This record gives sequence, structure tokens and C-alpha cells, in this order.
Amino acid sequence: MEVLLRILRFTIAHKWRLTLAYLVSGAGIAAYVLLPKLFGSAIDRVDMGLQTGTISESAILQIALAITGLGVVRGLLSFGQTYLSESLAQEVVYKIRNRFYDHVQHLSFAFHDKQHTGNLMSRAITDIEAIRMFVNLTVVRAPYFLLLIATVSVMMLHLDLQLGLIGLVLLPFVLIFASIVRVRMRFAWLKVQATFGELNTILQENLSGVRVVKAFGASDFEQKKFDRNSSKLSEQMFKAIQLEALNGSTVLTAFLVTIGFVLLFGGMRVIDGTLTPGVLAQMIFFLQLLSQPVRISGAIVNNMARAMSAGGRLFEIMNARSDVEESSRALVLPRARGHVRFHSVGFEYKPQTPVITDLDLDVDPGKIVALLGPPGSGKTTIANLIPRFYDVKRGRITIDGTDLRKATLKSLRANVGMVQQDVFLFSDTIAQNIAYGRPEATMDEIIHASEIAQLHEHIASLPDGYETILGERGITLSGGQRQRLSIARAILLDPPILILDDSTSSVDSKTEYEIRKAMETVMEGRTTFVIANRLSTVHKADTIVVLNAGTIVEQGAHQELLAKGGLYREIYDLQLRPQEEVMMEFDVSDDLVAEKIA
Amino acid sequence: MTSVATRAKRRYRSADEDVEMFGSALDPKVVRRMTPYILPQKKLVAIAVVAMLIFAGTQVAVPWLIGTAIDEFISSGNIFGLVVISGIFLTNAVLTWISNFVQNIAIVRAGQNLLVQLRGDMFSHLQRQSLRFYDKTEVGRIMSRVQGDVYQLQEFLGTMVMSAGDFLSLLGIVVALLIMDWRLGLISLTVMPLLFVVMALWQPRAKKRFIKARSTISIVNAALNENISGVRVVQSMNRQEENLGQFDVLNKENAESVKSEIRMSAGLLPVVDILTSGSIALIIVFGSRMAMDNTIEVGLLVAFIMYIQRFFDPIRHLTMQYTQFQRAMASGTRIFETFDIEPDMVDAPDAEEMPPIRGDIELRDLSFAYDPGVEVTKSVNLHVPAGQTCAIVGPTGAGKTTLVSLIARFYDVGRGRGQVLIDGYDVRDVVRNSLVSQMSMVLQEPFLFSGTVRENIKYVNIHVSDDRMVEAAKAVGAHEFIDKLEDGYDTYLEERGVNLSVGQRQLLSFARAIVADPRILILDEATANIDSHTELQIQSALRTLLEGRTAIVIAHRLSTIRNADTIIVMNKGELVEQGTHDELMDGDGLYAHLYHMNYAVLEEVKGTGTEPRSDQMSSS
Repeated sequence: MEVLLRILRFTIAHKWRLTLAYLVSGAGIAAYVLLPKLFGSAIDRVDMGLQTGTISESAILQIALAITGLGVVRGLLSFGQTYLSESLAQEVVYKIRNRFYDHVQHLSFAFHDKQHTGNLMSRAITDIEAIRMFVNLTVVRAPYFLLLIATVSVMMLHLDLQLGLIGLVLLPFVLIFASIVRVRMRFAWLKVQATFGELNTILQENLSGVRVVKAFGASDFEQKKFDRNSSKLSEQMFKAIQLEALNGSTVLTAFLVTIGFVLLFGGMRVIDGTLTPGVLAQMIFFLQLLSQPVRISGAIVNNMARAMSAGGRLFEIMNARSDVEESSRALVLPRARGHVRFHSVGFEYKPQTPVITDLDLDVDPGKIVALLGPPGSGKTTIANLIPRFYDVKRGRITIDGTDLRKATLKSLRANVGMVQQDVFLFSDTIAQNIAYGRPEATMDEIIHASEIAQLHEHIASLPDGYETILGERGITLSGGQRQRLSIARAILLDPPILILDDSTSSVDSKTEYEIRKAMETVMEGRTTFVIANRLSTVHKADTIVVLNAGTIVEQGAHQELLAKGGLYREIYDLQLRPQEEVMMEFDVSDDLVAEKIA
Repeated sequence: MTSVATRAKRRYRSADEDVEMFGSALDPKVVRRMTPYILPQKKLVAIAVVAMLIFAGTQVAVPWLIGTAIDEFISSGNIFGLVVISGIFLTNAVLTWISNFVQNIAIVRAGQNLLVQLRGDMFSHLQRQSLRFYDKTEVGRIMSRVQGDVYQLQEFLGTMVMSAGDFLSLLGIVVALLIMDWRLGLISLTVMPLLFVVMALWQPRAKKRFIKARSTISIVNAALNENISGVRVVQSMNRQEENLGQFDVLNKENAESVKSEIRMSAGLLPVVDILTSGSIALIIVFGSRMAMDNTIEVGLLVAFIMYIQRFFDPIRHLTMQYTQFQRAMASGTRIFETFDIEPDMVDAPDAEEMPPIRGDIELRDLSFAYDPGVEVTKSVNLHVPAGQTCAIVGPTGAGKTTLVSLIARFYDVGRGRGQVLIDGYDVRDVVRNSLVSQMSMVLQEPFLFSGTVRENIKYVNIHVSDDRMVEAAKAVGAHEFIDKLEDGYDTYLEERGVNLSVGQRQLLSFARAIVADPRILILDEATANIDSHTELQIQSALRTLLEGRTAIVIAHRLSTIRNADTIIVMNKGELVEQGTHDELMDGDGLYAHLYHMNYAVLEEVKGTGTEPRSDQMSSS
């Protein structure tokens, strides 16, 4: 219920439009119910005329004009009603969508670690659509339909109590029946949706895993899997549509049966002389009028049920609080010198499973620190704590002596740059992707940054150069190119503190060289934390910090640590060296090959 | 300085290029291609058509029955007659229920049968396509064919029935009006031309706005999706404000275009209302005169009013369905276009089943080109006796992957361009499945399916016992971590195993290869970064995997290369050297050079470090 109230609050924000929609609807009802009355009185006049032998032409003309006039009024009112309710729903959805977007983009990494993009997207698409339908159908139109049913019912009873009762006796049953079937239909369709999703997965995996399928000669196996699911889907769909057919047929027939009885009993009364043919006709016209609102009312219960579950899911996300919150007294951190210090920092993602314990680290401005250690030792976590993607659980981190939590997020993050190895590209031009953090950067600045990042040469060789579109609908860049684009982004932002993820998968030696060169340039003059895996980066660092299980076990320069024969030595032997032993994919010059083969 | 709005629009302009959504309303080509799918359903379709005719009849009968009851029995005081006609009316109501229900389920049944058939055919058509097809076609595009377009056709089938029903009732109403009284009938139809003019003007405009609304919402969703996927970059670069500004522009544009679409579609309501009431007014004016002349009676007037009230609904529906028809035809065209792509690799009609193989591989003078004229392998000759391991090394683009793809018959070598022989059989002369089911391939990037660990290890070989599966997992050292998973072998791997590390996925794909117990194993060694513990496990798993099988390995690890029975060095599609490690090192060839160059890089990095203990991996 709370969920529905919250949606209502969004709707009430447009109180004038809502009031207008209700007023127009109310006027629509008046126009609606007057028509059968006019039809009936026309019939009665003709009937009387036949009995008396004379008919007032002018009266008939008046009725005809009234019908036409009422038609015009009713037409305009139904336009107004439809437009007002649909556009109101659209306004509500527009606002919710904006809020959802903004809320989600401010939620911390901890939230996004747990939520799949697909899940958030289906909240934004399916659930927001359910809310739109709820506002349109239930909030704005349901009162209209219910009032219409009530008004017509009263008019029918007022017209003739006995005949009216006959006409209305089935109504409550039809309403209840339609509501129940609609709710059952909802469950049937939910099943269909789930199976549709499964079929999608099978298909998608079959296509993207086509090499595996072909390598195992598994096409028959896959075909059976697909057909089984496809039949299941179609069976469930059949059941759902069967319910729909049941509902439609039954509501339709119930009205016909009612009309049949009204015809029988009303006809007898006309023969008795206690009813005019015009009133009988009016009754039948009224019954015809009822069928649409009754059919739609059945949908309202389902509509509310759907909005409740959809809204519940959606608001759960919109209520989620970010783990990383800005203090109300947060100050703007000016450009830092880059003195980063960890004071007995502790952190964990899940309670009772500490990732970092009691860590102290003091890095002077401009120094390069290599973070090294086996997977799960806390390298990435340390890097993520500096720009406050997560908050420390114990202890504190300071930049130039200021606790991170005392600075605004924006000013802090402006001071800390990130170079990721598998960086996200947006569907935009290369230029805009490089300038992502500084949309106002000039073209010269962008080119300068990509020159330093060793990327300019490649971009310049593309037919559209810096205007080439990247991302889903554009071209893709190789792993090494992406990494250099990330470097270019960082150069443009020029942060005093830099975090570099260097756990690259293997690239050819030329790329390797270019990346190394780009990295060396970008690190200059900045406090740099390198999450390192390759020997070449590690041995250039001022300090190597060797981590294990969230604590620093060794710290010092390359030679110093090698001589010590501790964990660094072990990692060096086990991990770094075999990795370098891998026979890399070399670019060999033609001359060399020719010479060697000859 | 560009404004937020222009930046936003420019950014997503590419998302706006929606696929062609509309075809002509009834494309004979599509209809012809659909026929073989419709024919098997002819019984159900016949039932549906009969039911539909009955249903339309019952609907048209209602006003007529009411009019007749009033004119024939009520006005003459014939109670018996009234009871009889009321009985007929109620029977008609029951008939309405039956015919409506039957037409609906018959057509849904037929439609679903048809769709299962069509989807299945589409899937098997895709399965028959060679890798050439998949190299060129995006997965997303195929997905939208099989799901989106087939779904459109399904909608279309439903719409077609409704349209037929609507058309029949329209026809029935016109006929009934003219039969009951042709003069009054003609009068009530005078508004028709006006309606057609309005509809003709309205339809294209409504369609245009409909398309606009659809494309703006797809842009909104694309923008949202991207922001969620890239949220880490967004936050680290402080882009939230700028992005919200851009999103608001797109979101607002969508809201506006939807509202404009509603204005257009709701614009039809007054037209219909005005024409209906105008027509009824005419009937009342002329009908009352005719009644006074005794040419018609009151009941007929009632029936006419009822008919006119029912007259406009079918027309309105038909107009909307027209759009649906066009979309379905566009979808149909795309579906059959996909069907028209001939698989470029099919088994020969006289292809034999491959008998159990020993594993002797021979390549004779093998040349291959993906694109004509650009040879990727050039006259390669190679013989790998059964049970031996052959390592392939060479620079990027040397043709290593192509060579193994040809052995697994992912592509066919042109006749006269050399041969791939397995146990002396030319691979093009045998049924592909019978051959590849005796081989296994482990790819560089391990690919898992959504499903349990068990399903992934067994994969095609579902009949394999659990004991053998566990044995395989143990052999590659995967059992240990599988056992630690929440549900062991029954653990469900979400989204292709995102909950596992790369190394673990690699070990699972090794286990899958062992369960298949192939005579020939093709392996593209992984180069991704794996932690040292898993790396050691993979090294030892590899040895188990290669034991007693013919193996072709695209090798990156020195240990694998050194242990191979024979090493071939490829460059630019040619096999330039062949021999064991020691043999190749003795010479002064490319291999020896690559080897030394590799070490030179290492030495430089290590400075005065330590001597490489390169034997550590291979001898352990």
C-alpha cells in the first residue's frame, strides 16, 4: 500500500492536470449517459406518432440536433480525457526515470557489485512501464469507469426498478470473475516471461559459444535443448491466451444473456402496456454502454497488483542508501600535493571476512608505490579506498593530512585519477571518450593527451580520426589501446594522485613497449599507486609493497626485497618469472624472417 | 562550446538508427514463404475460420434479433413469439461464447505450433552455418531475428485473426443494414467516405509519431544502460551532473514525443464520436418519417442505432492493425532473408560416418583463404602420428588458429587446395559430427554455459556416469574447488560462470574435454593472467590431458613447447621449421632466435638479478 501511496504522491504533484482530468471525465459521463436517453425518447416519439398518427417533426429535429451536439461534446471530452491521463502518466514516468538514473549513478561500488546491469535495466523498463499503466489506468481512469458503472446503474434502476435489477443482477459476478481471471492471467504471463528468458539464454549462449558447440559436434544436443524450451514456451503461452479467451468470451456472453432477459421481461411489460418501447430500447442501450467499463474494471485489480510488485522493486533501489555518503560539512579539497597516508586502516566487504587489517602506509608526494601480492591480498581494495569508492571500516586515510571523509566526493575524486586496464568505453566519439572527465576540453588538449598516451598515431590512422564512434555501435579498441585511452583520460584530468591498474593480459611486445612508455610519462610528478603484475613496472617503483591477506608483509626496493628471500622472492620466482617465460607472440620483421629462413 | 542538449543528442544519434520497422501491408513473397508453415495447421485454421464466421454471425444477429422481437412480437402482443425469440437470443449468446472461445484457442494453437516449427527451423538453420557466418555476423543481430522478429510474426497471427473477424463483422453489418432497409442503410452509410478520408490522412501521421516515440525510448534506455555499465568510470571522473543533464534532454524528448503520439491517436476519438452520432441523428430524422409512412417499424430503428454504434469499432481496429501488418511483413522479410543464407559448409551427400579413430593426422599441401586471394596458410605439410603432441608456435597472424580450425573442420578447404587427412580419411568426405565427436577442442577463452557444473563438464556426453565425471575433474585438479562450491557439482553457474575465476573456468573446460575422451585434442593455450597456484594446476592438468592422445597445441608456455614431440614454427601462413626443442635450438633458425630474444628482454628487466631457473616448470 505504501508503494501505491508513493506513486500517488508523484501523481498528485501534477494536481491541476489531475483535477482537470477528473473534471473532463465527469463531464464525459454526463454526455455518455444522456445519449441512450435521447435515443429512447426518439423511439418513444416515433412510437407515439404511430399510435396517434401525427408526429412533431420539430421535436424529432431537436432530438437529432441534440444527439449530434452531444456527439461533438463527447468526442472532445474523450480526447481530453485520454490525452490528460496518458500525458499525466508520461510526466510521472519522466520524473521517476530521471530520479532513478540520478540515484543509481550516485550509489556506491558496493551496491553495483551486487546488482547486475540487466536487473537494473529491467527495473527501469518493465517496472516503470507498470507504474505508467497504473497511473493511467488506476489513478486517473478507474474512478471514471467506476463512476460510469455506478451512474449507469442508477439511471437504469431509476428508469425502471424491476427491469433495472434484471439488467444489473449479473454485474457483480462478472466484475469478480473478470478480476480473478485477470490475476491468474498475470501469473500465467509471468511464467511465459521466465521461459522466454531461458530460451533467450540458450540461444545467446549457443551463438556466442558457437566454437564450443561446433568443436563438440553438439548441434543435435543444442537443437533438442532449444526445441524443448521452445515447446514449453509455446505451451505456457497457450495457457495464458486461453485464460484471456475465457475472460473475453464470458464477459461478452454475460452481457448478451442479460440483454436477452431484459428483452424477454421488458417485452412482456411493453405488451402489458406498463412500459414504452422507448424505455426498453433505452435499457438495452445502457447495457451496451456498460460492457466497456466492466471489461476494463477487471484489469484494474491486476493493474494494481502489478504496480505494487513493480513499485516495490523499483523503490527498493531508489531507497538504497549509498555506503559512501558525503558529510554535510564536507569541504572542497584543493589541488593536493599528494601526500597519502593510511592510518591503521581496516576494511571488509562482508562482515567477519576482513580484506585489509590494520594497514599503515605513508607515501610522499610524487613517489611511485607498487602494490604486489597474490590474488585476494587486497591490492585492488587499497586502490579503491583512496577515491572513496568504498569507505574504510576502521582507521583513516588522509591526503595532505585531510581525512578523506571530510572532503566533498567531487573535489576528492578530482584529485585522484584512475587508469584501468579494461576501461569502459562510451558510445561516443574517441575525442569525447578521452575528454570524458572534462567535457569542455579543447581539441588541442585532447590530441596532446593522446600523444603522450601513445595513442595519437592509431587514432590518426582511422578514417574518421578523433570523430570515430566507439562503444557498442561503433568500433572496438584492443585491450592495449583501451588502456592507453584510459591513460589519455587521466592526462587530461591531470590529477596529483594516480592509481594505475597494470594487471594486463599478454600483449605483443610492441604494444607492451608503448604501454610502458605511456605509463612512465603519466606517472611523472604524481603520487602513483600501481597494482602491478609485470616485472617491468614493479622494478621501476620507488617502493614495492608486498601484501598478503590484507597486511603488508614486506616493503622496500626491488633488489633489497630480492635479497631478503621472503614473499617477494617467492612471488618473483613463481609468478613473475614464469609469466615472462611465456613464449610471447612476437612481431618479427620480414627481413629477419627472410634472413633466418634462408 | 556545445550545449548539453546537443552533446546528448550527438552522443546517441547512432542508437537512433532503428532497423527498418515497416514493410508493405501484405508482401506476397513473405506470404508465399509462410505457406509451408501454415499448411500443416490447416485443420486448426479451418476450425478457426468456421468459428470466426459463426462468431461474426452471432454478433451481427444481436441488433437484428432485438429489432425483430420488437416489430414482430412485442408490438403485436405475441407473448409466445417473444418467448421463442428470446430463447433464440439466449441460444445465440451461448453460441457467441463457444465460437469466440473456439476461434481464439484454435488460432493460438495453430499459431504456437507454427512458431515452434519456425523457431526450431531457424535455430537449426543457424546451427548449420559455418564459422564464416559467425565471424561476420553479430550475435545481437541474430538474437533479434529469432526473438524479436519471430515475436512480431506471432503478434501478426493474432492480429490477422482479429482483422479477419473485424472485417467480417463490418461486412455483416453493412449487409444487414442494406437488407433490413436499403434506403435507410444507404443514408447511414453516407458518412463512410468522410471516414475513409480522415483515416487516410490520419494513418501515416500516426505511424510517424509512433516510430518517433519508439526510437526515443530506445535511446533513453540505451543511455541508461550505458551509464549503469560504466558507472565506475562515471563516478571516478565526476560525470554525474553532466550525465544527468544529458539524460534529462533525452528523457524529455521521449516524454514529448509520446505525448505527441497520444495527441494523434486520441485525435481519432472525436472524429468517430461525431460521425457516429451524426449518423444516428440522420437515421432518427429519416427513420421517423419512414415510420410515419409505414415503410419501417420502430424495432428497425432500434436495430439501426445499435448497428451504427458497432460500426466504427472494427474500422478503428483495422486501421491500427494495418501498422501491425506492416511491421510483421518487415519482420517476415528479415526472417526469410536469414533462411536464404545458404550454409557454405555442408556434408557431402555420400559422406561416410567416421569409424572410431586412432588419431593419425596428416596435412597435405594445405592452403586456405578466408577471403579470396588472401591466403592464411600456404601449402602446409605436416604429419602427426597417433598419440603424439605437436606444438605450434609463431607470431600473431602466422595462421596457427586457422590451421587448427581446419583440422577441426570449422572451415572447409577448397578442393584442389590440399587435404586434411585423419587416419587417412579426408575430413570433407565424412559426416562432420561423426568426426568432431571424437575430437575435443579447448579454446583460449574458456566458454561455459549457464547451467550446473555437472551439465558443463558432461555437456554433450550426458550419458557419462558421475564417477567418470568426478574422475575427470580430479584428473585436471578441478575437483578440489568444485567440492568447495555451495552445491558441489550441482552449483549453478550464473551467466556463464562469472562466479568462477578465469583459471577455474579453464580447468572446467579441461574436464569437459577429458569426459569426452577424445582421440584427438586441439588446444589453444590460455595466455590470460592466472594466479600462480592455478597456473601450476593448469600445467599439471595439461599433462594429464595430453597423455595418450594426439594433440595439437597452440603453445605459449615454454614447458608445453619443450615437452612436445614435435614443434612447428609458423610464419605468415607457412611452416618454416619443424623439430624438437633441442633440434631447433641447435640450428640458427627462427625458433632459436625467438627463444633468445625472449630471454634478452627478461635479462634486461632483471638486471643483475638471478639466473633464470627455466627448468623449474618443465621438470616439476
